[in-house]
Amino acid sequence: MQAIPTLLLVTLVTFSITMLLPGDPALAFLGEAQAMDKVAYNAMRQELGLDQPIPVQYVLWLNRAVHGDLGTSIRTREPVVEAIRNRFPITLQLTAVAMAIALLVALPVGIISAVRPNSWLDSIGTLLAMSGQAVPSFWFGIMLIVVFALWLGWLPPSGYTSPTVSLSTNLSMMLLPALALGVEQAAVVMRQVRSALIDVLHQEYVTTAWAKGLSERAVVNRHALKNALIPVVTIIGLQTGRLFGGAVVVETIFAMPGLGRLAADSIFFRDFPSLQGVVLVLALAVFFSNLLTDALYSYLDPRIRYA
Amino acid sequence: MEHVAAAARTAPPPAVPTSVRSRNDLTVFFRRVLNTRGASFGLAVTALMIVLAVLADVVAPYSPADQDYDSILQSPSVAHWMGTDNLGRDNLSRIIFGSRVSIQAGVVAVSIAVTIGTLLGVAAGYWRGWTDDVLMRLCDALWSFPAIILALFIAAALGPGLVNAMIAIGIVFIPVIARLVRGSAMSIREREFVLAAKVLGAADVRIMLSHVLPNVLAPVIVQGSLLIAYAIIVEATLSFLGLGVQPPEPSWGSMLKAAAQYMQVAPWLSFFPGVAIFVTVLGLNLLGDGLRRALDPRLRGRGEA
Repeated sequence: MQAIPTLLLVTLVTFSITMLLPGDPALAFLGEAQAMDKVAYNAMRQELGLDQPIPVQYVLWLNRAVHGDLGTSIRTREPVVEAIRNRFPITLQLTAVAMAIALLVALPVGIISAVRPNSWLDSIGTLLAMSGQAVPSFWFGIMLIVVFALWLGWLPPSGYTSPTVSLSTNLSMMLLPALALGVEQAAVVMRQVRSALIDVLHQEYVTTAWAKGLSERAVVNRHALKNALIPVVTIIGLQTGRLFGGAVVVETIFAMPGLGRLAADSIFFRDFPSLQGVVLVLALAVFFSNLLTDALYSYLDPRIRYA
Repeated sequence: MEHVAAAARTAPPPAVPTSVRSRNDLTVFFRRVLNTRGASFGLAVTALMIVLAVLADVVAPYSPADQDYDSILQSPSVAHWMGTDNLGRDNLSRIIFGSRVSIQAGVVAVSIAVTIGTLLGVAAGYWRGWTDDVLMRLCDALWSFPAIILALFIAAALGPGLVNAMIAIGIVFIPVIARLVRGSAMSIREREFVLAAKVLGAADVRIMLSHVLPNVLAPVIVQGSLLIAYAIIVEATLSFLGLGVQPPEPSWGSMLKAAAQYMQVAPWLSFFPGVAIFVTVLGLNLLGDGLRRALDPRLRGRGEA
């Protein structure tokens, strides 16, 4: 099992970078004035475990993290785990809607491109895919705000409403950020669908299907697409990290109180326990989603299991 | 990064590239690159951006720092093609000078990743065993972090500034290169010329540097050009969040950050720096794609995007 050492290394990397972060946590918690008091300062250092050697600090931190304690936010004084629990659903919804939009665009365009390679439709598809990968999501988000919120006034420029309060408001606020986040995913998935489907369409069983006299629709939908979508599933799984990364800026621009926004705010306010917690949780989420993708891949493609 | 990385992960190890040594081969190679769709456009855009960055002093109509309080937040006009900002600075000139930061950031960050990643990849692929295990688990671990978030995290630890941003991005990209090189190195260590060198008594380090290394570089160059494009986006993102280039120095990311306040009154300030990023990244991606297809015989002539 290679997962356990990797998992430990993820925590070690997170901890090590946190060690490099500038500033003294004890000082940050006490504030300048109180830190003048030597006794209080030393007590705080002891409470935070800062008087221990660094390897011991790591083990203590890891032990607490495993038990669901990621420390206390310097800025809000609330437990970091609490903040993450409140904000993670927002980021998950944003990334899910973004992925849904991406698939809605990418699947048809990718399939058409693959079925008619080098046609003008394919050229447009390729151009869209290349462009989508070159657009910085935060800039695209700003442009969406300018056009659809400020000029046309169709959608709110920023903010967040919980779906339990009002689902329609929630979705209308979710649309622009999800579009901004989804455009790159659409491009990646489109290219993957196209190249995977072209690969499959060249295989012999597809030739057999043609030879049986099946219609194009039947060949593509029933025979080719099933196998072509297997690598696409992998790509979607591996895009989780990209989505979470994009969420940092997109949530910042659209003032959505998700995990990404929490990360950006934590950097701005030097709230390093929060930052550390968010980074760790996101890395774990990506790690497990990669693991799940691998498992799903061999489930979908028996050739991998029995090879 | 993940999509390039994913390609490297799911695809079989790249075919050992035909070495392009003689002049004639090089000509054929470049013709092949330029024949792929969009690659000539990519090359032209990339060349144009480099020229603009190098000749910024000559090309830019104004100095990027010149403040003109009589023309603040002006929309695009004949005098200011891309308008002016809140301090009356010429937007076009700042974008031209900003290209220096973006290109420098992309090239330096990727150079860091390529140098360290190649060495680690060759060591892992050639030595195998525990070196390989340790390095690859570390790569897996770094890979679990979303690229932008890890870059942000490292940049926050190192402190704001362009140099630190470049180091942060470089570290984030190391696993991509290391994995790619490891795959090639593993197949090259089994080749006869490596065995021959071993029989002749060459030391491991010598074999790695003079026999394995030259033969793993081709895919690295392709991946590098694609990574430069992504590095430019990540640098702009870091600067946008305040961790990269600090004002008043012009960079596309920091210009977008400053422009966000004037979204309503001066949308051109938000529009043009983004277009600059878009065009540069598109050019580099097209060029990288052309290189990839020219080097990989499996993709040649398939119109593969």
